[in-house]
Amino acid sequence: MAKDDVKQAYKLVGTRVLRPDGLDKVTGRARYGADFAMPGMLYGAVARSPHAHARIVSIDASKALALDGVKAVVTRADLPEGLTGEDWNLQENAMAGEVALYDGHAVAAVAATSALLAKDAARLIEVDYEVLPHVTDVDEAMKPDAPVIRPGAADHTVPDGMPPNVVKYFEFGRGDVEAGFAQADLVRERTYRTEATHQGYIEPQACVGQLGSDGKGEMWVTTQGQWYVRKMCADLLGLGVAQLRVTPSEIGGGFGGKTTVFMEPLSLALSRKAGGRPVKLVMDRAEVLRATGPTASASMDVKIGMKADGTMTAARAEFRMQGGAFPGSPVNEALECAFAPYKLAAVEHIGYDVLANRPKAAAYRAPGAPMGAFAAESLIDEMARELGLDPIELRLLNVVEEGDRSSYGPKFKRIGLREVLEATKVHPNFSVPLGPNQGRGVATGFWFNYNGDTSVSMAIAEDGTAQVAVGTPDIGGGRASIGLMVAETLGVPYEAVRINVVETGALGINEPTHGSRATFATGKAAVLATEQATREMCRRAAADWGIDPDAVEWVEGAAQPAGPNAGKFPPMSIAEIAGNMSNTGGPIAGHWEGVPRGVGASFGTHVADVEVDPETGRVTVLRYLVVQDAGRAIQPDYVEGQYQGGAVQGIGWALNEGYVYGADGRLQNAGFLDYRIPVASDLPMIDTVIVEVPNPGHPFGVRGVGETGITPPLPAIANAVAAATGVRLADLPMNPPRVLAAIRSRMDD
Amino acid sequence: MIEVNLWSGLRHVTGGATVVEVEGATVGAVLDALVAAHPGLAPFIEAGVSVAVDGEIITGDRFAEVPDGAEVFLMQRLKGG
Repeated sequence: MAKDDVKQAYKLVGTRVLRPDGLDKVTGRARYGADFAMPGMLYGAVARSPHAHARIVSIDASKALALDGVKAVVTRADLPEGLTGEDWNLQENAMAGEVALYDGHAVAAVAATSALLAKDAARLIEVDYEVLPHVTDVDEAMKPDAPVIRPGAADHTVPDGMPPNVVKYFEFGRGDVEAGFAQADLVRERTYRTEATHQGYIEPQACVGQLGSDGKGEMWVTTQGQWYVRKMCADLLGLGVAQLRVTPSEIGGGFGGKTTVFMEPLSLALSRKAGGRPVKLVMDRAEVLRATGPTASASMDVKIGMKADGTMTAARAEFRMQGGAFPGSPVNEALECAFAPYKLAAVEHIGYDVLANRPKAAAYRAPGAPMGAFAAESLIDEMARELGLDPIELRLLNVVEEGDRSSYGPKFKRIGLREVLEATKVHPNFSVPLGPNQGRGVATGFWFNYNGDTSVSMAIAEDGTAQVAVGTPDIGGGRASIGLMVAETLGVPYEAVRINVVETGALGINEPTHGSRATFATGKAAVLATEQATREMCRRAAADWGIDPDAVEWVEGAAQPAGPNAGKFPPMSIAEIAGNMSNTGGPIAGHWEGVPRGVGASFGTHVADVEVDPETGRVTVLRYLVVQDAGRAIQPDYVEGQYQGGAVQGIGWALNEGYVYGADGRLQNAGFLDYRIPVASDLPMIDTVIVEVPNPGHPFGVRGVGETGITPPLPAIANAVAAATGVRLADLPMNPPRVLAAIRSRMDD
Repeated sequence: MIEVNLWSGLRHVTGGATVVEVEGATVGAVLDALVAAHPGLAPFIEAGVSVAVDGEIITGDRFAEVPDGAEVFLMQRLKGG
């Protein structure tokens, strides 16, 4: 799509229309995963391993089955054998086979006539374990004497001689990094660590599954991707994919953690064993934290060379990440994003995906990028301070622009990092004077954004209103943004368009709402589908007027002659055409299926001001600024909300959140009292600036905004704490005991 | 001819090369030609890759056009949250 094709003036796009889900949510009418119920429904519960690593010697469910009201118990023996690759990983994670691989790993599940009875029955399932040595730390897991979690799990990427828990190996880069370091006036190398954090969605996993002996089933589930749930459940249970129908509920947050399955296949397995009665499974918070995907923990070495003026001459990153007892930590993405904001002639990346006795990592908002940014941006900030350079000017000196080669290889298309940095520099927050024990931190982050399999269908109703069926659940404003784009294209009021998130039987396959793709990909597909419908309406007007369809154009909600030579006819409105469609050829609709091209990457820069209490080590965020390139903000309220949400999750990751494992390998903080996410009283208002450098690959210039916002906060906060205290913390979270210890160690020096 | 830039971790299956010249007018043809030239690349490509053509990262479309002389990078497949 040429740049000239990106529209510039709009009636609706860019306006702050009402949320289409607002009334349902404030009245409690919205139906989330746990709200669904059916006649004859059973309730499920899951028995989980209390050990980090243990061989399952035997499972005895006789006491559970003896309870009146218990209808079924399933173990791994009830699931098909012979799966390979990621299907096997998902099945093994849903229900342990021979070995429980982490604290909280499912070993059996039960269905009963009440939730209480199901929980009681799960406690009566007797499992005989042979406890095995465990390892939960990524660096420990790479040592030669570490317990081997899954012998032979390494794939084709791992060279001979690597430690047995390394299951994937990554290496990419360009140029001569040693020569680059030799050209530098300052070279620094540091090691950083981040702890695993959870996506922290408020709504726990919940589903109702029903599966008959005929192999036909249904599921109602909270998910970011109903087609992914369908495919994964079908594969794990040996079903025909199209025989399973999956309907997504309203969703109470996902952040990547609901792009996969955990206990969902078990509800179907229980239903099948219970004669086809539907089975409801709802996790409690402890189960969510113990057994659904957090992100990885990381240990990262970074080395950077810099000229005295701040020009970066070379960079090197070596990252180690554990993503639980299965392959899939986002180490590759972390490496690709770490140096993406900077022009580099020489850069080297090395990564290790490592197994440990922890739950299987799931995607978490810009997977890997926050960790990579923490390591790279912390060191850049340290070097800027050492050289006496302004953090924004240093970044502007090295900034990537259109045509520059990215650190991960390809050249950038049109991007807006320079515009973001310029907007940051002039924001009032950047010049607020700071007091004692206060510090300011700046950091930049990057995310690719994404397209993926997309299918959309829209139809014109009899009164000229429109309905649009989309496959991407609305976790961040998709219904509003897609509704605005369709209304803009049709030339009708926003209120005349209804966006329906539909079940798997209604459309071709769709990838989940992930990769910041919904407003870009589903939105572009919806616009193209709408244009198909407007072409059909032009054709019908042309037939009525007796002129060539090519001589009719769609303008502001009506068909009209394209010029004076086409004939003189009054515009035929969408309401007129729709009201008469049953007499002019029947339904009018449009659809689009494919992988939309033209993804636009995005950058953001954050500025954090903090105050550190030298007596307690507590960090208070005084003010916080997010500046990010949206391409085009279709509904600015939601865009600002995404920016603020990303910042807040990152602030929590930086300051308090983190998995704590005991010496026994058990998770010590499986609840929101001890796993502390930020609440409103912990935070200032998050200030936002929407920069709009339109993406030429989208009809309205959209890039995608969901993920970039979580990439800079970890280093922005760390850099602010370093400025406030004079001591740099390289391990997250920077909770009060750690900050206090760092301050005292500086005083001891 | 198309110059395909590989990630350096693939050197051990390409005889040390990180840039490979192949013929191919589509993403699929380029990938097939890469495997024909260096069979050791097969498991990497089968595991899922993205292909950047003149700066655009293309995933899941073997029929996407690769213009002659395009700059092509092989990348490991991305995932998002």
